[in-house]
Amino acid sequence: MGTVSTPSYRNRVGYHAGLLWAMAAICSAALVMGYKATYLDIKQRMREDMQASLQQVIPSQLYDNDILANKIEIPVDSKVMAGKSVIQVYRASKENKITALAYQLTGNGYAGPIEIMLGVDINGKVLGTRVISHTETPGLGDKIEIKRDNWIEAFTGLTLGKPLVSKWKVKKDGGQFDQFTGATITPRAVVRAVKRGLEFFQQHKTELFTINPIKEAEGNE
Amino acid sequence: MSEAVTIKYSRIAKDGFWENNVVMSQMLALCPLLAVTSTATNGLGMGLATMVVMIISALVISLIRDLITSEVRIPVFVLIIAAIVTIVDLSMNAWLHELHKILGLFIPLIVTNCAILGRAESFASRNPVRYSVFDGFMMGVGFIFVLVTVGAVREILGSGTLFANASLLLGNAFSFLEMTLIPEYGGFLLMILPPGGFLALGFLLAGKRLIDRKLATTDKKDINIIDEPSSEQATA
Repeated sequence: MGTVSTPSYRNRVGYHAGLLWAMAAICSAALVMGYKATYLDIKQRMREDMQASLQQVIPSQLYDNDILANKIEIPVDSKVMAGKSVIQVYRASKENKITALAYQLTGNGYAGPIEIMLGVDINGKVLGTRVISHTETPGLGDKIEIKRDNWIEAFTGLTLGKPLVSKWKVKKDGGQFDQFTGATITPRAVVRAVKRGLEFFQQHKTELFTINPIKEAEGNE
Repeated sequence: MSEAVTIKYSRIAKDGFWENNVVMSQMLALCPLLAVTSTATNGLGMGLATMVVMIISALVISLIRDLITSEVRIPVFVLIIAAIVTIVDLSMNAWLHELHKILGLFIPLIVTNCAILGRAESFASRNPVRYSVFDGFMMGVGFIFVLVTVGAVREILGSGTLFANASLLLGNAFSFLEMTLIPEYGGFLLMILPPGGFLALGFLLAGKRLIDRKLATTDKKDINIIDEPSSEQATA
């Protein structure tokens, strides 16, 4: 750092300011280039992730459309839906008739939000449920992941009414769903979120099938 | 290579890997260490990402070291390191997406990894490019060594496997690394949770002290004081 004969202009405030400015400009330019080079790939990866989770909750024989392209947004009360003010619903259709819906829900887990993808058919029956991301305790709460336990499959085929609404709880609370040894809050959060998801379906039944899909604006990111 | 240069390189290599190791001697970068080392694979991934950032930042900072004045050096270093980390983060998200899903949370934290700023301050800003890049590389190797060791210990004791999901990180050619050492193992939760990280690190540090003492008694020649200022004071 200029230990060999420092030129005097280096001691001026202007040099320091200019140096910082130039560094900031160069770093910003590098970031812009890095972003430009990667954003299409990142967008593609995100789509693939979403596609993969949709395929897990909607059986493939139920649709022949590009589910990701048929997306609608429904405004909801963020107090009821754990902080979400809009629910994005993906619609699966076969021969231009809607056959199933999939949407993402948030549960208030033990250590943070649990993101859940829920697939339902046109009558509000659960086709499949998957936990997309969570921060629950490894070894205790992570049995909600399909790769660790098939607990999450317990929802498949159920509706709000079969079992009764009052039974949509973990066994400890008088419901019908198993809790885990050492972890009750996590499964309770998932059960609640799925129940809320089905209530959402009933409340918005007509909109869900009639709203026109959002046109995906290209390159607006 | 003249003899002096060779000595300098072997000095840097020894410092980076063992004697002035980022974790074991400088006691830096403990936060990412404890956070990601629940498996050996995660440790390796984090180590590689950190090494890449260290090498690039050493290269850039060493190249412009004569332009930087001591008054503004810290903000300049932080700017450069933050830019490099962001670009590494974006690249990993785009091209190593599976790994990014595991490590994604921790990549931006490399910015706050004081080991990188420490090396920029105490080495890269005072030494020619070739030494600085080599120092970045060796410090990175030393960091990977610790991360993988702690990760391996925690993974074996905690879940009975070793290098689980290594093929996600290194490609399918490396799936042979994935081992189940203890089949039907119930798991030992403590080792996977943060306390396990502290435990493993504590034993590792104690182990290093033991080995150093052994070396000192068997071979007196090996005791020589590190000839550069230690970077512990540079970044608290």
